[in-house]
Amino acid sequence: MRPQPQPAPTPYTPYHPRWYRTPVSTYWWMHRWVYFRFVLRELTSFGVAYFCVMTLLLVRALSKGPQAFEAFEVRLASPFFICMTVIALLLALFHTSTWFSLSAHAMVVRIGGTRVPGILIVAGNYAAWLVVSAILAWFLLR
Amino acid sequence: MTKRPIEPFLWTLFSGGGVMAAFFAPVLLFLLFLAFPLGLFHAPSYDALHSFVAMPLVRLVLFVLCSVPLFHWAHRFRYTLYDGLQIKHLNEFIDILCYGGAIVGTLLAALLLWNFS
Repeated sequence: MRPQPQPAPTPYTPYHPRWYRTPVSTYWWMHRWVYFRFVLRELTSFGVAYFCVMTLLLVRALSKGPQAFEAFEVRLASPFFICMTVIALLLALFHTSTWFSLSAHAMVVRIGGTRVPGILIVAGNYAAWLVVSAILAWFLLR
Repeated sequence: MTKRPIEPFLWTLFSGGGVMAAFFAPVLLFLLFLAFPLGLFHAPSYDALHSFVAMPLVRLVLFVLCSVPLFHWAHRFRYTLYDGLQIKHLNEFIDILCYGGAIVGTLLAALLLWNFS
């Protein structure tokens, strides 16, 4: 009877051992609405960056003179920029709503020793947002 | 993700930029880049806008409003790439792309607003 082959000894590796992990699809966030909403919230950063870049481009056009400003306004009215602005606006609104919902957990406000309920903090944020938006709109539209 | 002592500072910028964007981005995006170019409302004239932006205090506000939210973008977009695409091996590249982009944007904003004429 021949001797049974011994199992090969585990080779030495200088690396950390690899534990088994279920491979996760790159598209994991498309499987459930809550996951998709999470990724959508992450993507709101596009709307924020778009806002910064476009505001700076507006300032640049203003600085260059009336013709450059007019050309910039015409370009903003092109289908491409309308689409981009609408997407950025929807993402910005989603950012505002998720950010205010988060503030209920992030801000602990106490009045007379009792904690103000989260719903009031969220409502306060929305109220302040409406006031700020109304003041800016009044200023730009008057 | 590696622990870095700068992380709390980056998170503060993320948070501050998030607040600014939450309050100011929707109304300004709608009016300046959608309603006015499409002629939905009576837009302020070039001269009115120009003399408004020419005020130093307004430019200071615009600088803060256009730079801090860029760091909000950098921080969030970094984690979007990290979580969404599972590309851990590109961490350094992503950090340079995101925070570097925000730093370049901040410098350009400072230059633009300082030299406004």
